Order: sequence, then C-alpha cells, then structure tokens
Amino acid sequence: MASTHRPLSPHLQIWRWGLHMGLSISHRVTGSGNAVGALILVWGFCALATGPEAFAFFMDVMTSLLGRIVLFGVTLSVMLHLCTGVRHLIMDSGRGLDIETNRKLGYAAIIVAIVLTLGLWGGTYWFAGAL
Amino acid sequence: MAKFTLPKNSKVTKGKHVPAPEGASNVRRFNVYRYNPDSGENPRMDSYDLDMDKCGPMVLDALIKIKNEVDTTLTFRRSCREGVCGSCAMNINGTNTLACTLALDDVKGDVAIHPLPHMPIIKDLVPDMSNFYAQYESIEPWLKTTSPDPAGKERLQSHEDRTKIDGLYECILCACCSTSCPSYWWNSDRYLGPAALLQAYRWIADSRDEMAGERLDDLEDPFRLYRCHTIMNCTNVCPKGLNPAKAIAEIKKLMVERQI
Repeated sequence: MASTHRPLSPHLQIWRWGLHMGLSISHRVTGSGNAVGALILVWGFCALATGPEAFAFFMDVMTSLLGRIVLFGVTLSVMLHLCTGVRHLIMDSGRGLDIETNRKLGYAAIIVAIVLTLGLWGGTYWFAGAL
Repeated sequence: MAKFTLPKNSKVTKGKHVPAPEGASNVRRFNVYRYNPDSGENPRMDSYDLDMDKCGPMVLDALIKIKNEVDTTLTFRRSCREGVCGSCAMNINGTNTLACTLALDDVKGDVAIHPLPHMPIIKDLVPDMSNFYAQYESIEPWLKTTSPDPAGKERLQSHEDRTKIDGLYECILCACCSTSCPSYWWNSDRYLGPAALLQAYRWIADSRDEMAGERLDDLEDPFRLYRCHTIMNCTNVCPKGLNPAKAIAEIKKLMVERQI
C-alpha cells in the first residue's frame, strides 16, 4: 500500500514527556552547548597569546555580570553533561534500567550536577576571598 | 533526517463536538483523533461528551460506547479486552498503552485519544503496522538450530535456562514501545525498534537456539541496533511491564563481550 499518501499520526505534538526523555535530549543539548562554551576557552587562549591588552579585554568581558552569567551557564551545562553521561555509562552496563531505579538515577544526575556547579562557583569565590 | 513537524496532509484540524445526552449528570469529554481516507480532508479531533454513569470502566469501554451509541463510523482495533491481544494499543493522554487495561479512573480530566505516534494512518485510530511486522519477521522469530533434532522428543531446556526468557516471551507485539521511541520515530525505516529487538534477544537468550552468533551478526549495524540511545520511553510505556531497554542493553553487552 502507498503509505506515503496516508497521514502521519501526531508524535512530539502530543507526547507527554517524562524525566528520562527530558534527560536524554538535555544530554544532547548540553553536549552541543559545551562545544559552544569551549569557544570561550579558545578565545581566552588566543587573547593570552595575542598580548596583555587583548587578555585584559577578555577578562573584562568574562568577569562582567553578563560574562559571569554565561560562564555559570557553561559550568552547569558541563556538569549536567558529565552527570547524564555517567548515567548513560551506568545504563550501558545494563544497570539502572528498571523504571524505579532509572527515575532515581535521573534525579541523582540533576542534583549532583547542581551541587557540583554551586560547589565549584562557591569554592572559587571563597578561594578568591569574595565570600 | 528527523522531521519534528507533521507533513501538510497530517496537520490535525478541529472537528465536530457531540454534546452529552439530556439529563446526564456525570459527563466526561473524550477528544478523539479522526481520519477518513475517503473524504480527502486532513485528520481532525472530534470531541464527545459521554454520560459516565452509563459507561464501562475502561478507556476501551468509552470508545465502544461512542461507536455503538454516538458515531458508528469510529474505527479502532480491539479484540480480547484483557491486555492479551495487543490490538487496542493507542496513545491516551500523551502516552502509549492498551485502551482495554487503562481504567478511566486512572486518567485525569478530559481524555485525549490518538493513534500510536508517528505511524501512517489507515483510518481513525488504525495505523498501518506493515513495517513493524516486517521488522519482527526480519529478526527470524523462530527456533534455529544446527544440531539434528533429538529423535522422538522435544529439545529440552532446564528450569534455569527457561527463566532466562521470562520477561521476554510475554511480549504481545502491541507496538506501544516502538512507537514511543523518538529514535524509532526518526529512523523507523532502518532502526528495528524496541519491540523487534526485545524479540531478537528473546531468541538469543533461549538456550535451545543455536544461532545466537548469526543473530548478533545480523544486528551489528549502526542503525538496526545502535539507534537505541537508551531514552527509556519503551520501558516506561510497556503495558505488560516488560523492559525492552534492558533487553537491548543485554544485546549491546553481548556485542562487546564477543569481541574480547
């Protein structure tokens, strides 16, 4: 039968998302986000190689309020990707695949990512004597 | 390539509304996906207000009530009405399940009923399952052996080996899992999907089957097996409580183990 003439039933339009599906797509989104975030690092290295003025400009931009917000976002993205990555590693070993354990694993990934992000930023500010 | 929106001929329009009969006090609204291939029109969502005091307990009972009393043209598959045949698999309030085993009391508010997601629709809630069945056939779901048949008796299996196919043989091929899987939505032409893969593992894990190596060879493919990204929708929707994600993970593990 020529199924191409048949309509396609709704999918994303009607689907009720769960934590597992949200984490799966967020793993991809944060993975891409990290690649973009890495460009900041590249810029920093380039500025460092160019000279003191270029590096001072880089530091001005990245330590401004907007720069810090962006960096915080990148940190969170890296930590989320790390934690969801570990979650996938555990699942690839055949563990944590029953619904209940998988749900706990998902929440754990989010909580650990947030704790790591806040810990890293808090620790940095504390170390710099700003806290 | 994944296409996240619906094609032009598949956009769902607003359909008709059928109010509840006079005097009904316990009314509930059912929004049902309708498509008539003879009309040349796009699919539409019809809504029916039903008197729940005169309706059976399951979602399937409501559909049968609509067909019997409100609109006889409503088309859907059903047979056993007890979760054994898998015919009435559909999307109810955003998740795939069997209409016959989902109690109306377990659904909150209005009930939205769509066919299984991302499938070509023949009529109303009836999807074309040809590709799904062809994929099932492609994993050769029968006992394959190389040794000669034992004379005058069956191929025997220990109790312990028999338990290895528990949680696998119970699959009723309703397609709830495969059509819940975004990987299957975007790649159903090349990815086998959770149902066929669970069945593939059912034969790989069977101690009587002697072609596990060949079965794995057949699955060793970037698409057929490895489009599974462990999204876990399959396991979360299975109306029989099976775990296709686990079965697929076991296949992937066997792929690695046989190389070391």
